[in-house]
This record gives sequence, structure tokens and C-alpha cells, in this order.
Amino acid sequence: MSIDVSNIRKRFGSFVALDDVSIRIPTGELVALLGPSGSGKTTLLRIIAGLETPDAGLVRFDREEATNLSARDRKVGFVFQHYALFRHMTVFENVAFGLRVRPRRLRPTEQKIRARVEELLGLVQLDWAGQRLPSQLSGGQRQRVALARALAVEPKVLLLDEPFGALDAKVREELRRWLRRLHDELHITSVFVTHDQEEALELANKVVVLNKGQIEQAGTPEELYHHPATPFVYNFLGNVNLFHGRVHDGKIYISGTPIAVNSGHDLARADGQSAAVYVRPHLLDIHLTPNGGSSFPATVRHINSAGPTVKVELTSQWGDQVHVEIDHERFRALRLEREKQVYLSPRENKVFIYQI
Amino acid sequence: MQSDEGEIGRLMRENYAWIAPLDPARSIWGATVEPRWVQVLLTGGAILFLGVFLFVPLAAVFGEALRNGVGAYAAAIAQPEARSAIKLTLLTATVVVPLNLIFGLAAAWLLTRFEFRGKNLLTSLIDLPFAVSPVIAGMIYVLLFGAQGWFGGWLGAHHIRIIFALPGIILATTFVTFPFIARELIPLMEAAGTDEEEAALTLGASGWQMFFRVTLPNVKWGLLYGLVICNARAMGEFGAVSVVSGHIRGLTNTMPLYVEILYNDYDFAASFAVASLLTLLALLTLAAKSVLARRSLPSREEPQPKQPARLVA
Repeated sequence: MSIDVSNIRKRFGSFVALDDVSIRIPTGELVALLGPSGSGKTTLLRIIAGLETPDAGLVRFDREEATNLSARDRKVGFVFQHYALFRHMTVFENVAFGLRVRPRRLRPTEQKIRARVEELLGLVQLDWAGQRLPSQLSGGQRQRVALARALAVEPKVLLLDEPFGALDAKVREELRRWLRRLHDELHITSVFVTHDQEEALELANKVVVLNKGQIEQAGTPEELYHHPATPFVYNFLGNVNLFHGRVHDGKIYISGTPIAVNSGHDLARADGQSAAVYVRPHLLDIHLTPNGGSSFPATVRHINSAGPTVKVELTSQWGDQVHVEIDHERFRALRLEREKQVYLSPRENKVFIYQI
Repeated sequence: MQSDEGEIGRLMRENYAWIAPLDPARSIWGATVEPRWVQVLLTGGAILFLGVFLFVPLAAVFGEALRNGVGAYAAAIAQPEARSAIKLTLLTATVVVPLNLIFGLAAAWLLTRFEFRGKNLLTSLIDLPFAVSPVIAGMIYVLLFGAQGWFGGWLGAHHIRIIFALPGIILATTFVTFPFIARELIPLMEAAGTDEEEAALTLGASGWQMFFRVTLPNVKWGLLYGLVICNARAMGEFGAVSVVSGHIRGLTNTMPLYVEILYNDYDFAASFAVASLLTLLALLTLAAKSVLARRSLPSREEPQPKQPARLVA
């Protein structure tokens, strides 16, 4: 089932949670709503679920107006961050709940309910846990019960509110991959909310980045990562160094050092304007000698080599902190140590420029 | 109470004895363990206090009640006036407790599930019956419904009796016992939050299904606890009922009022016989209360099963 959200507005008192937000989610997609806390992503998800009413705007399922449909009638599966399992019911009864509350004429027989619940518990690999109480399970197991419970009613849409937010890193990663496989199997239109960019990029077909109640950018993970539309998106999708420069003669100068720039940027018309230059830590090179006209001096302040890459913290000649990531081989070749004077240059065509 | 070094103490003693010989009274957790003489003094003091103020009077009630033998005791209770008082008390409780069950649930629901203007005011108003002397609660109803009261004329013209009759007793008792159930439910429902209820809704439950299958089971022990103490107070209320009942023997005397009347008539044995019934009720209430209080606490997390989280490779 496709989801259409158009011109949604929602405020809580004086706080604007959503300001004219529209998205189209085609059938079968796995979409991430990504943003910092307070960006309105959870509110948007709850509006789609019918747990919150928008002040203005429309929600359509398969082109049919659903804005005034109650949560009960929307037939969406909702998974809560803190699981929201019925604590006084066994795992089995939790999963069976959605089937048991159906009106008598739509309710499956006890046998069918039993079979369906067992099938779902098998799907989430918890067939052994049917008679346990939620409090006897770990966080990851509880979240899988919550997922089975949501799937029991055969929803057309699956909505997940920070589904892995309360889990520790290891379990989170496992469950993430598992959800990806589940989606590949079931092809159910799914929307999940997260503030973790890695999770969004890894899991979703399409990512919608929200900030202050508005959509910053929507697109595939590749589009977002390689062609961010705004500094916010560039910033949010990874670590970044920010330099302030000025456009002059078709080049950008940072304190007199010209920076090599992607030819795609039309700088001729922006002559004399200031510009923000964003460079990711792994797209900066460290040299021991000035590397042509495009490098600037910096001093090594801190080195962390415990990890897949070596993280170097430096201070540029104009006093900014700069983070650089290089591989271990390069690190050994450079023989870096603290307080050493080096030269930094952004790799060509890999800076992100935003004119102010 | 026996002072016990406990599991940690044993482990410390066995594994860290080489650091320093451990004396339970001066060990690292000794800061929270009082010396023995303080323990004895405090415990002894508490027991003495309980003895003087609770156990002795309790024993006295039953002792006095049975002073003239079991036969006199049974006769005192079997008296028509006594039976009528018992019946009236039971009837009052039967009406008041369900009423307050509904009011309490509604108030707790309103205060924990909705945001509205004046919510704080309403929350404090629920406590009003706790703050006001029961006698004043009774006076309010006399002022409103008594012959000289605001509605007295109209009620008199329509031959409706509230004061010095059963409706007055029920009204006064309802007022006095109103907070018990609401007060018990509000913190429980607040702690339970709305997540489970929202989950029930998205799974297709109707409002009533959500209430009976999710909300109510989550607060059921707390609710029972509230019912028990509400019932105890409804049966034992004296002040408010005394003002509105008129003390008409065999008609508007509840058990507590009847006890007082008998006592004032110097009929001590009969007075204590009826009092012993109320005391028995109190003891039963206490027992039920302690069982329910333990149940209504959120169940402690049990240790996780040692079952591997098997994921499809």
C-alpha cells in the first residue's frame, strides 16, 4: 500500500512540530525518517498511524483519504521504541491480541489463531518463548515480539518508531540486518524513524531527512550521501570539517589558500561572496611538505590509531580544529606525532560548497 | 531481627580476607548497619509502642465483648437493632463502593490521559475529603438537603427525604471515601503510560476492549487495594454519617453509630460485641491490604533466560 502525506502541519502549543510536510511513499518501500530529536519525525509517523491528528494536511493510503480514520481502522502495524508489550500477557497472548479483538464474524477460530501466532513466533525466532512474560525476555527479544504482534493483523503498512533505539549496539546491528531481510521477504511498505544516520543509510531504500519540522532532503542513501542538498544534510550524514572562505576569480580562498573545487560549482557569478566549505575527514590528505598551491599548514594535536582508520586531530594555521582520517599504511609512512607541522589538502572535487 | 552479613559479606570474607580481617560491624558496608544496641533499642521501642497502642486495645475489645460469655455476645449481635445496624452498614458499603469504583476510575482516567485547563485544581480537589473533617462533610449535606437547607423546601414539597435517611448516609459516605480509589489508581496509570493502550488501538481494539484487556489488568491489584480500603472506611465512617443520620434506632443507625449509642447507654458488653465485628473487619482489611499491596507493586524484572537469540544466518 502506498502512503501519501501532503502539506501536514502540526503544532504542540507554541512548538511547531511539522511545517508543511509532504512525502510520497510507494508500495513496498522501506523508508527512513531521519532527523535530530525535535525534528518532527516521530510526530509524522504517529500522524500516519492515526495516533496523532494533524492541524492541517492530508494522509492518503493507496490514494484514499485516511486523515479522519481512527488508528483502529487504519490497519497499520506500529512498533514502539519501548516495545509497549502487554506486560500482563504471555508472549503468545501478546501476538494473538490483534486477532482476538476482532469482531466475532471476522475473528479466526482458536485453531487458526494458534497456528498464526506460532508461525509468527517462528518468523521472529521466538517459538520457544510463547509462554513467557515480556519481562522475562531481553530487549532485542521483546522488540521481535512487538514486531510479530504488529504483523499478526496483516497490516498493509508497518511503522516503526526508533525500533532499535533502546537496544545496545551489538543487538541493534543484528536486528537491523534481520529487519532488512524480513522486509525483503514480506515486501510490506515500511517506515521507520531514527536519529542514527548509519541505520538510515544501511537499512532504507529511501531516506527522508527532517529538520525543525521541515524536509531537508529526500532520496536514496547514495543520493543523500554524495549529493547532499543542504549543509544540514551533509553535516548530519557524517563527520565534517567546516571552513569559511571567499570566492575570488572562480576559486575559493580560505585565508589566502586557494582550494580545488568541483567544476560543477558555478563560482564565476559569486565573485566576492563568502562561502562555507565542508570536507569530510577522510577526504583530507596529510602531506609533510606543501603540496602545490592548494594545501595549508596545520599542527598535529592528537592521534587515535585504535580503529580501522587513524583519526588525527589538528589545528589549522588560522586556529580551526580539523579532523582527518587516514589509513594505517599512510600513517606509518608519514611518521606522524604530536606537535608535528604538516600540510593538509582536500582531495579534488570532493568538497561541498555552500554559498552564503 | 537477626543481623546477617549476607551474600556479599560471605564473598568478601572468603575472597578478600587477605586485605584485612573483616568485622561485619566495621566493614565497608558497615556505614549502613547500626550497632546491635541501637537495633535492639529501636526494634524494642517500636514493639512496645505497637503493644500499648494497638495490641492491648485490640485484645480489650474482644475481652470486653466476651466478658459475659459467648451467649451474651451472640444475643447482643442478634438483637433486632444490632441486626438493622449491620444491615444498614452493609447496604451503605454495597452502594458506595461500586459508586466510588466508577468515580475513581473515571477520575484517574481523566487525570492521566488528558491535558486540560484546571487539571491541577481538579487533582487537588480529589484530596478535599482527606483535608476536610468528616463532620464538616456531613454538615455540607445538611446545609444543602436539610429541612432548612438550600434544597430543603423543594425536597420537602416532593416528599423526598435525604437527611436523616439512607440517601444522606450514602451521600456522606461516598464523599468521605471518594479519594481512596482515585488516589490509588492515578500514580499506577501514570506509570503505566499510554504506549500499551496505543498499541492496542493500532492492533484494532475498540475503546472498551482496550480498557478491559489492557488498562484494567495493568492496574487491577492497585484497584483491589483501593476497593478494600474504601470498603473499610465506608463501613467504619462515623463523623459524617453521625451528622446526617439522625441516630434513629433500627432505621438510620450504622454500626459505628450503634456502638456509640450502646456505650452511652452503659451497655458495654453489647457495645463491644458490635465493635468487635468492626474490629474483625479491620483485621481482615489489613490482611487483604498487605497481600494486595505486595501484588500491586510493579513486578520485579526476572533474570533473563539463558536462551541464545538465534538469528537466521
